[in-house]
Amino acid sequence: MLGDFLRFIARSKLGMFGLILFAACVLVAVFAPVLAPYEPMQKHYDVSGKLMKLRPPSQEHLLGTTILGRDVFSQLIWGGRPALVIGLLTAMGVVLIGVNIGLIAGYYGGWIDNLLMRITDIFMGLPFLPFIIVVLSLTGRSLWTIILALVIIMWRSTARVIRSQVLSLRERSFVDAARVSGASSLKIIYVEIAPNIFPVALVNVVFALAWAIITEASIGFLGFGDPNVLSWGSIIYEAFASEMSYKAWWWVIPPGAAIMILVTAVYFIGRAYEEMINPRLKKW
Amino acid sequence: MIKYLINRILLMVLTLFVLATLMFFMFRMLPGDPTMTVISSALNPKAQEEMKRQYGLDKPLHEQYAAYLRNIVCLDFGYSFQHNRKVSDMISGRLLNTILLILPSMIAAYALGVVGGALIAWKRGGKLEIGTVIVSTAFQSAPVFWLSMLAIFVFSVHLDLFPLGHIVSPGMHHGKSQWAIYFSLDFLHHLALPFIVNTLYNLCFPLLLMRSSMLETLGEDYVELCRMKGLPERKIIYNHAMRNSFLPIATTLPLILGWAVAGSVVIETVFSWPGLGLLMVEAVQRSDYPLVQACFLLIAVLTIVGNFVADLLYGILDPRIVYE
Repeated sequence: MLGDFLRFIARSKLGMFGLILFAACVLVAVFAPVLAPYEPMQKHYDVSGKLMKLRPPSQEHLLGTTILGRDVFSQLIWGGRPALVIGLLTAMGVVLIGVNIGLIAGYYGGWIDNLLMRITDIFMGLPFLPFIIVVLSLTGRSLWTIILALVIIMWRSTARVIRSQVLSLRERSFVDAARVSGASSLKIIYVEIAPNIFPVALVNVVFALAWAIITEASIGFLGFGDPNVLSWGSIIYEAFASEMSYKAWWWVIPPGAAIMILVTAVYFIGRAYEEMINPRLKKW
Repeated sequence: MIKYLINRILLMVLTLFVLATLMFFMFRMLPGDPTMTVISSALNPKAQEEMKRQYGLDKPLHEQYAAYLRNIVCLDFGYSFQHNRKVSDMISGRLLNTILLILPSMIAAYALGVVGGALIAWKRGGKLEIGTVIVSTAFQSAPVFWLSMLAIFVFSVHLDLFPLGHIVSPGMHHGKSQWAIYFSLDFLHHLALPFIVNTLYNLCFPLLLMRSSMLETLGEDYVELCRMKGLPERKIIYNHAMRNSFLPIATTLPLILGWAVAGSVVIETVFSWPGLGLLMVEAVQRSDYPLVQACFLLIAVLTIVGNFVADLLYGILDPRIVYE
């Protein structure tokens, strides 16, 4: 199925472009230790022993240095790791929960549907970033609590989308056929219906990934990221908190641009796939 | 209709009740006892007991919970840990600041996005379409705090067109009422840049969605029929296609409104805008839990009421919707 997914996307120019960008970001993150010229937290001193703080880009430091004399380029390369790890794990968690709730609510209907959808409605009332901030301030800040907070709040829209799909699928004749031939409810849900919502679920994975990456950056920017992990958001936070963000442009522009490129790539992939499964949107 | 309204309002109240309850238990159950921030463990045990009694923390949990709910209904959120002021006084002015920051730009973004998206779909296939799709996708993908910082860097620091942040110039409005401030040019000057950034950022989503929705509509039989009747293209677009294409965008309005309210946390931080979001971020950083709770609940109310209004609007836009 993943092969189909890739083949689908490669048919669209923008999709292909997104795929290449995304692959490049993943490679940079994976090979960060090899690619980064310096340790990201290492402080650099010049020949006279002075801390090289806020130096503009030079041959030695391609993107200049931070207020603590750290190499921005190396930080940029390392900063992609938490974005991808948090993004991918969150997207998987979100879809796992969202799809199951959507399947169960949509298939069983009645009070089960009613109950699950009212719970979803209540989650819809949770304000996104404020909720995450509160959770992080109470549970402590780590990669895992960030993922947990993101999953808790993001499954809601997936559940709604999947449920509405299942509502129409369950009236189809192949479901009746399965029921008549004595298949159990669980079997109908997971063997008959689930494969049919796979494309929609996949679109949701992709868009959840984009959202998780942006939100992770926002959390980092507000200063609630994992204090032991360097991320693009936390790089910008450091520049902002030191009030140097409007002087040292080389410190602020690269991490933001990196977030933008990664998320754009994800959106292009998602749109290309969406257009393939819904051909009316197609054609440029 | 009446029945639907009542149900919908009941759901709103239920949601708020659940969120308030969630807040209560989260702050009491999770590790990291919040009371530790005000009741120092360095105090002698007797003083600690006395302080607990003052805050009502010596009572059993269910009594605390009942008191908590009672206070919320009376809009009494207690005293800030940090400022020793009533929380309700601290947040009252903030709410309007946040609404003024978000609402105008949301309306502008939707109006521009819908019209722009329809135009792109109509004139499709050209460089304009690909260009717009790429630029708005990239814009939408950028973190809004970063875009805001770039805007400040270019327009405030270098071109000196706008102030660096804050809601008014310090000292200029001493002794004036909040309303007098809102109607001053100085306020509008401060609002301009966050308004522009927010509008452009929020514009991308309705724009791209309107484009694809419009493309779907233009493939419908009734549009074909209009063409066969010989209606002018402009009329088909405005009177027939746009109206129907707008419906899916209207359904996303509550979602986007929710994002915008939540996103205000970030924008307010960058622009030092004294709204609810900034207040909440500062409160969390200082472990000022009564203030955090109040801000969170108020932001939740904004989100929930926004959802409700958007739902009602949707019903007005689409006469086929029957409320049950």
